Amino acid sequence: MPDLLTVSGLTLAYPGGTRALDGVDLRLGEGEFLSLVGPSGCGKSTLLRIIAGLLAPTSGTLSWGRRPGRGGIGFVFQEPTLMPWARVAANVRLPLDLAGVPQAEADARVAEQLARVGLFEFESAFPRELSGGMRMRVALARALVTKPALLLLDEPFAALDEITRFKLNDDLLALWRAEGFTAVFVTHSVFESVYLSSRVAIMSARPGRVVADIPIPLAHPRTAALRTQADYGALCRDVSAALARAMGQEAA
Amino acid sequence: MVAGRIARALVPLALGAAVLGFWEWAVRAWEVPPFVLPPPSSIATALASDWRILADSTWLTLTITLQAFCLAVVSGVALAMLFAQSRLLAAALYPYAVVLQVTPIVAIAPLVIIWVGYERVNLALLILAWVVAFFPILSNTTLGLAAVDPNLRDLFRLYGASRWQVVWRLQFPSALPYILAGMKVSGGLALIGAVVAEFVAGSGTASGLAWRIIESGNRLNIPRLFAALFLLAALGVMIFALLSWVQKRLLGRWHESEVGRP
Ligand SMILES: Nc1ncnc2c1ncn2[C@@H]1O[C@H](COP(=O)(O)OP(=O)(O)O)[C@@H](O)[C@H]1O
Ligand SMILES: [Mg+2]
Repeated sequence: MPDLLTVSGLTLAYPGGTRALDGVDLRLGEGEFLSLVGPSGCGKSTLLRIIAGLLAPTSGTLSWGRRPGRGGIGFVFQEPTLMPWARVAANVRLPLDLAGVPQAEADARVAEQLARVGLFEFESAFPRELSGGMRMRVALARALVTKPALLLLDEPFAALDEITRFKLNDDLLALWRAEGFTAVFVTHSVFESVYLSSRVAIMSARPGRVVADIPIPLAHPRTAALRTQADYGALCRDVSAALARAMGQEAA
Repeated sequence: MVAGRIARALVPLALGAAVLGFWEWAVRAWEVPPFVLPPPSSIATALASDWRILADSTWLTLTITLQAFCLAVVSGVALAMLFAQSRLLAAALYPYAVVLQVTPIVAIAPLVIIWVGYERVNLALLILAWVVAFFPILSNTTLGLAAVDPNLRDLFRLYGASRWQVVWRLQFPSALPYILAGMKVSGGLALIGAVVAEFVAGSGTASGLAWRIIESGNRLNIPRLFAALFLLAALGVMIFALLSWVQKRLLGRWHESEVGRP
């Protein structure tokens, strides 16, 4: 698997002195689904923002295998972050509008993407008329409408109830398998990270570093039955133990 | 639902009718002289018989108010957006906007009228009404522009939005509910500004509703004074109702302040 991105020696100090990241090394293969797990405040969001190009690192490098162009990176935040004044279709069309894609082509792509996240008949609803899970689907559709090579997700399902979260996990996995993007998924949940990922990277408490890297060789398609399987349980235990060590290191 | 809505519209009307009825009765029963408090019937008569004069004055006051209001909206929104582009400019100019706001309008009115000249007194009224109406738009728009969701801003950056796209597709719609709230305040203030300025201009140079009030007072034509007062209040209510309607239309289904209201 060729590398999409290699992060080396990444350090970030915020103005005011908070060192959020200190020497992050991480490689990301093309088509991988990588989860980032770590204690709150360890710099996961900061790392995603640096990868997205929204924040410049204090030192260290990002080297891209194939640098994603405009629209080549999708971002999903913990909040759906929709424009409340725009209907669902207009929200999803935003990245295409900003890039000046012709109206007819943009509309066709929006319709297709909305169908993929199961929201076709809601295209003319306003965000506040949708449930939390549906709003998150709109955010997913918006992030995927440009066919990005890389999708960054920052605890996207943390605020949802468990039933909705499980459903969205399955839908995200199906989208990943169908569309072939590379995903970096930040989560608090060990179970969620193992269920979704091909690899889980563990970060230490602030200033964050990647301290463990655990491959998840579970077969696809993954379904609800996996959640009770022994190998899934064993991997969850491994990740939990690595996370506990990562947090213990900081306390020592 | 419908019955409730009709009742809600009828109750204030019924109350108004009752008050007018009592007023009419009380003035006659206690023989209050008409130059102290005329009965509603003679106010209505004055409204009808002096209609030409009063209508001209109403029209003048309305035009000045609306012009000042429109100027205030355009200049207030534009300046706030300019401030949002440059922090230095904002820091340099905002204090002066505040000075303009906190200085009582009656205190600067004579100066403005002298500068502009008595022969162009309507322009002076326009400027003064604008000064009063301008600040709520500026401060509300500034507030609205600062309330842009930072994640949405990042998203626009991620997709390489131009500065212009950020202004029109993100900042302006984010600030719109704030701008509309500011417009409601500003609409009322524009009317107040136009009236106060005319009071200061005084003796016959301007001939809006305020002048009719002064004139009627001097001549002890109290029914006409009340008629002018009534028209002034009606203007104020009309402006407020119009702006509420615009607010409802523009925010419609997307904003909390308008969803789920009757
Ligand atoms: N804009 C900022 N300015 C200063 N400090 C920040 C800023 N954003 C985050 N931090 C700090 O950097 C650390 C890492 O933040 P973050 O990346 O959000 O962590 P995580 O997403 O893992 O919870 C935290 O201690 C946080 O308080
Ligand atoms: Mg975070």
